[in-house]
Amino acid sequence: MSNNADMRAWIIARAGAWRGLVTSIADLRRRRSATLDEALDTVEAYRGLARDLATSRRLAPDSRTTAGLESLYAQLHALIGRKPRGGTAALKDLLRVDIPRAAGELRSRIAGVACLMAISAAAGWWLIDTFPTLISLFASETMIEQVERGHLWTEGLINITPSSILSLSILANNIVVSVLAFCAGIFLALGTFYLVALNGFMLGGTFAFVHQHGLATALFTFIIAHGPVELSVICVAGATGVALGESIIHPRTGTRRDSFQACAHRVAPVLLLCAALLVGCGFIEGFVSPDPRFPLASRVTIGVCYWFVMWAVMSGRLFGTHWTTTTTTTTTRTATPGAGA
Amino acid sequence: MNAAQQDQMADEKLSVRSATGVDLSLSIAGPGNRSYAFVIDWHIRLLLACAWLLLASFVLKLSLSARSQDALLSLLPAFVIYFLYHPILEVAMRGRTPGKRMAGLVLVGRDGGTPSTSALLIRNIFRLIDSLPALYVVGLVSCFLTANRVRIGDMAAGTLLVVDDAAAGESLGRLETLASASSLPLGALELVDQLLERWPALESQNRMQIARSLLARLQPAADPARLSSLGDAELNARLAALLESTHESTHEQ
Repeated sequence: MSNNADMRAWIIARAGAWRGLVTSIADLRRRRSATLDEALDTVEAYRGLARDLATSRRLAPDSRTTAGLESLYAQLHALIGRKPRGGTAALKDLLRVDIPRAAGELRSRIAGVACLMAISAAAGWWLIDTFPTLISLFASETMIEQVERGHLWTEGLINITPSSILSLSILANNIVVSVLAFCAGIFLALGTFYLVALNGFMLGGTFAFVHQHGLATALFTFIIAHGPVELSVICVAGATGVALGESIIHPRTGTRRDSFQACAHRVAPVLLLCAALLVGCGFIEGFVSPDPRFPLASRVTIGVCYWFVMWAVMSGRLFGTHWTTTTTTTTTRTATPGAGA
Repeated sequence: MNAAQQDQMADEKLSVRSATGVDLSLSIAGPGNRSYAFVIDWHIRLLLACAWLLLASFVLKLSLSARSQDALLSLLPAFVIYFLYHPILEVAMRGRTPGKRMAGLVLVGRDGGTPSTSALLIRNIFRLIDSLPALYVVGLVSCFLTANRVRIGDMAAGTLLVVDDAAAGESLGRLETLASASSLPLGALELVDQLLERWPALESQNRMQIARSLLARLQPAADPARLSSLGDAELNARLAALLESTHESTHEQ
């Protein structure tokens, strides 16, 4: 019997099973779950399809039958390996394990980035204090004129743009800056350093400028409700960027690419938390900060309390578990008293 | 880039070990396929965002000014559609988007499985870098230079864009009928079946030329002048008849 006839007989014998498989794969892909019997049948079909594919590759490597079997095999492989949707359990894991673990690993880098921001802010202050005309480097002409007339640019902000729109535009901008600080880590962390230093420099310079015009207290009053978390989040996002850069410079495991991928997955939960915190900051900055009806005491309370919430989530204390870093690569899990009962 | 390199790029495969011992073979999508899918997606999201703005402005009579109270209803949905189209759809459609589906592509993990939600989100976060300085130049350069034709977002997420030949998988269902009814050699049978499957998508002149060439080879006795005079529908009918022809009738024609 010729090879062609063998192949034809084999196809006729097996095609019924493949047709059934096409239907069952389409059905299972649409559904979110399967029964135990269906799962076992699928695994058995996967084994059978692997045998058929091996036969087809040997008998007719470049045929459409082989291409079709390759496609079915890939679909079935993805279907069998499909992870269930996490739901609430995944969210709990994220808050109780992933975020505290990643934050613990980033602790020293967060301190380093905060130092860089503080030094840049001091440098910005010194520069504008010494050469006040240089404020035009990072402040618009309208803003400068307004401060020189004795008014902050934030005054009356709430009357120009609705608070909700203001909040959304602020939080979108802040999230983009944080994500950029993370992504810029790919340039061996230099991009992250630049972004953090620039932000610190502008902050210090702006404070020096408003201080010269007797408005430092007014600016402090404006930023104290949202500033502590917003600035901390920029430092944390910067730290994730630094970790990303380090993973490329000094890969701990496998190739640079593997190390980069592993690091991105490890620190991503912290970045997600940063985005969520910035949403809160956006609302505070849109509704509380520009509203003159809020006294300084309540602004300080909001700022300090929100910062403690951030710290509690990052350390894992808010959700019952915290992680302590023992070495640079290993972490140990410890339960807080009364938690997880 | 020489011809050999171009061939290599067009037919790049990734072999993934599976539990059965038979490796999974995935065809890596090149920069061309990626761009094609992206352009389709870009048009879809742009059209959807514009459609919403038109609806908001002319039907719902909302103001499109960023400083108006209406901006939350008029501008926000358009921004969400445009900027969150990829992350939302890739997560909801398990590594696919309408553009990828139309281009026959799908995202998979490096193990050949469906990528996790976190991987898909990381992949999309890095669009910020891949799209620099404009028109995804960084991403495209990365696709040309990396082993598996991946952009930076894919490297970070551990994802790959591969060709999803779903049509070939679906054609398996027809094979039983075709193989038992037709006496054509298997290779020719698959070729005719594939041509008929792609018939509506091919340009008329091209499909007629391919059909004539195929018929001339499979029916050597057929008159070439008669074949040249056959129209689009007749050629299609003759190809369809070939799939049902017995050994004797193939030679009689």
